[in-house]
Amino acid sequence: MKKISLLLAATALASVMATSAWSKTLVYCSEGSPEGFDPSLYTAGTTFDASSRTAYSRLVEFKHGSTEIEPGVAESWTISPDGLEYTFKLRAGVKFQTTDYFTPTRELNADDVIFSFERQIKADHPWHKYVEGASWEYAAGMGFPELIKSIEKVDDLTVKFVLNKPEAPFIANLGMDFASIMSKEYADKLTAEGKVAQLNQMPLGTGPFTFVAYQPDAVIRYKANPDYYKGKEKIDDLVFAITTDAAVRAQKLKAGECHVMPYPNAADVAELKADPNLTVMEEEGLNVAYLAYNTQMAPFDKPEVRKALNMAVNKQAIIDAVFQGAASIAKNPIPPTMWSYNDAIEDDKYDPDAAKKALEAAGVKDLKMKIWAMPVSRPYMLNARRAAELMQADLAKVGVEVEIVTHEWAEYLKLSSDVKRDGAVMLGWTGDNGDPDNFLDTLLGCEAVGGNNRAQWCNEEFNKLVKAAKQTSDQAERAKFYQDAQVIFKREAPWNTIDHSLVFLPVSKKVSGFVQDPLGIHRFDGADIAE
Amino acid sequence: MLRFFLGRLAILIPTFLGVSLIAFSFIRLLPGDPVMLMSGERVMSEERHAQIMHDLGLDRPMYVQYFDYLGNVLTGDLGTSIVSKRPVFDDFLSLFPATLELSICAIIVAMCLGIPAGVIAAVKRGTWFDQSIMGIALVGYSMPIFWWGLLLMIFFSGYLQWTPVSGRISLMYFFPPVTGFMLIDSLLSGQAGAFKSAVSYLILPTVVLATIPLAVIARQTRSAMLEVLGEDYVRTARSKGLSPWRVVGIHALRNALIPVITTIGLQVGVLLAGAILTETIFSWPGIGKWMVDAVFKRDYAVVQGGLLMIAGVIMLVNLAVDVTYGFINPRIRH
Repeated sequence: MKKISLLLAATALASVMATSAWSKTLVYCSEGSPEGFDPSLYTAGTTFDASSRTAYSRLVEFKHGSTEIEPGVAESWTISPDGLEYTFKLRAGVKFQTTDYFTPTRELNADDVIFSFERQIKADHPWHKYVEGASWEYAAGMGFPELIKSIEKVDDLTVKFVLNKPEAPFIANLGMDFASIMSKEYADKLTAEGKVAQLNQMPLGTGPFTFVAYQPDAVIRYKANPDYYKGKEKIDDLVFAITTDAAVRAQKLKAGECHVMPYPNAADVAELKADPNLTVMEEEGLNVAYLAYNTQMAPFDKPEVRKALNMAVNKQAIIDAVFQGAASIAKNPIPPTMWSYNDAIEDDKYDPDAAKKALEAAGVKDLKMKIWAMPVSRPYMLNARRAAELMQADLAKVGVEVEIVTHEWAEYLKLSSDVKRDGAVMLGWTGDNGDPDNFLDTLLGCEAVGGNNRAQWCNEEFNKLVKAAKQTSDQAERAKFYQDAQVIFKREAPWNTIDHSLVFLPVSKKVSGFVQDPLGIHRFDGADIAE
Repeated sequence: MLRFFLGRLAILIPTFLGVSLIAFSFIRLLPGDPVMLMSGERVMSEERHAQIMHDLGLDRPMYVQYFDYLGNVLTGDLGTSIVSKRPVFDDFLSLFPATLELSICAIIVAMCLGIPAGVIAAVKRGTWFDQSIMGIALVGYSMPIFWWGLLLMIFFSGYLQWTPVSGRISLMYFFPPVTGFMLIDSLLSGQAGAFKSAVSYLILPTVVLATIPLAVIARQTRSAMLEVLGEDYVRTARSKGLSPWRVVGIHALRNALIPVITTIGLQVGVLLAGAILTETIFSWPGIGKWMVDAVFKRDYAVVQGGLLMIAGVIMLVNLAVDVTYGFINPRIRH
């Protein structure tokens, strides 16, 4: 009898614990599983949402809902006049999370910052290859190994980055997910125990939420970090319910099984908007879709031919057919929400007659060309095949015969960057850090020819401007350089800029304080939920 | 019997080697490689690509990679996922119980409904019952799983709100996995309502996954029963004055079960294939979704290891089916 009573009491206690733990829980129906929990190893937003934006902090952070930078665990910083030295003053008293698997004995200091970056950029660092195939893709992509000369500890709370060349977007880069700050003390403990791979499985940082458990492909659980340097979050628990199918995510949200869902199907948005219990947030994505001509191949080496082809394409029809109107026509290579966007520029107007005449004037007759259509759906282009078919029909009206080609995604990415590539490639870009350099130099700079510059376009005038902007720390001055660069871009037309898509984010009305992020990340610090 | 068993076991060795070779080469035949996909739209330089391929050992000749892989498999090492950086075997072990639990429930439902439906349809051949059952079976067999799953979800979870939408258990229950089988773990957790919640989450995926095997089993049982019911010994049993239930249940069914068991064995492969779609629809954290993701990301180690493990499971089930024949029909042993 006593045993039964004890069992009943234990059951009741477990039940109470389960209920109380549920009281202030926000459930996010995430779109996929994280690849791991060390954000510096990966490039996917899904992984960042589950790791860097929950468990970790950075030296600087993007302001909630904006691409502006604000202090993170660094409370201030100074830049040397030559733009080569960045000295960060760290906040005092920033605590790492206490978990079942690690109890920190000290607060965050310069050693943690140095460890977090050196492991990514130094090939001989003991943590550089701590998991098989670690390639630190983002740090490499942002050029950190070549850019950073050294990282020095000035004192416990001061750390200095010395660069090999001035790099104005450097501060913005430090707000990115790969720049998350790890605990060196935790890493040392894992080394001593021979469990280094755990760093990628059981995260530990100074972020707003403490990792509790991960059930692969199903659920990730976090609890509010009571020691968070900005104060404990309003919600007690954060749960990621991994739900890969967008239609199922929508059903779960409507049924109240989750409170926030990313990436709804375009076709479901109207129904979600009609639900009285939901709010559908929307924002212009920090992205652009484009058709890049190979400007090194005739007749696309002539700007007048490229401009004529641009005029032949009805972009609004593409937006209506592919996005059901949920996108805006792109006229510049950067989105309108980005600083330095040049709104004075006029787009090449859709005018098939003028396009036909311009082609004739350029001596182009019976042109046959290829258009490459991506085999995958991306936020900036939901259905490239459909868009290509519409372009094919438009171009046929001006006497241009289009053959649509595609390749498997990895092959597509590789072959499309070939300098000798035939035809115009459809592709796009989503901004990493809100800096125009991340679009203009990354996608159109001379150094990117044969790489990210799918137009294989190297214009000295344009290149000089974006390089000058990179070496200037004054934002107003930089903006001027970028605005001038956009004028040259439009004049030369290496791309047909297609669209900037709208990003929808359906949220339960029980949720307050949740802000849609222009960088496409999903962060829950500041969010609250009505009980 | 032992000789029969060992004979069947010996066949598994070349099959296993064949599967390992197919699994190894299949994923490599696809264009693209995992390293190229690591950087997304951002282009990776050729030097860097070559360096990472070298680090992963993917630049070695194919035959070297294969024998290296085979050697590791024989020592129980299925490799490390290129994406998650976790050992493939660990991932498989943590995900497979979910697939197994769903598949077992589905096959039990399919057998419990399919065999009686087939038997009754055979006994009542030509009646409205027979025609209805076979009509429904044909519809069930032809139903695209993805569409069927979404339809049931929208109706039962969305409209009627009788069942939860997706997942394995309500998120309010949280306990560490012991066996990986949610029904068992929820009971072991001692949390009130956990088992009931786990059952409610299992209903729709089970119905969806069971649909095709149920239809196949019902049709196979009917046709096997019809054949057996026309045999002389059944007529003899009837003329001896045995009750119709005894004739059908003991004399006819036992012999009719041989092709039915073959069918059930073959359905294991169908179940695992169906599980891929069912798991995707119902966010069921099993190996189906894991494998699909791995194919898209060209995660060689996961695709190879996963295929090998799935093939192993199917081979073992077929071995069990072969052995079961031996018991049901001793002539097969010889």
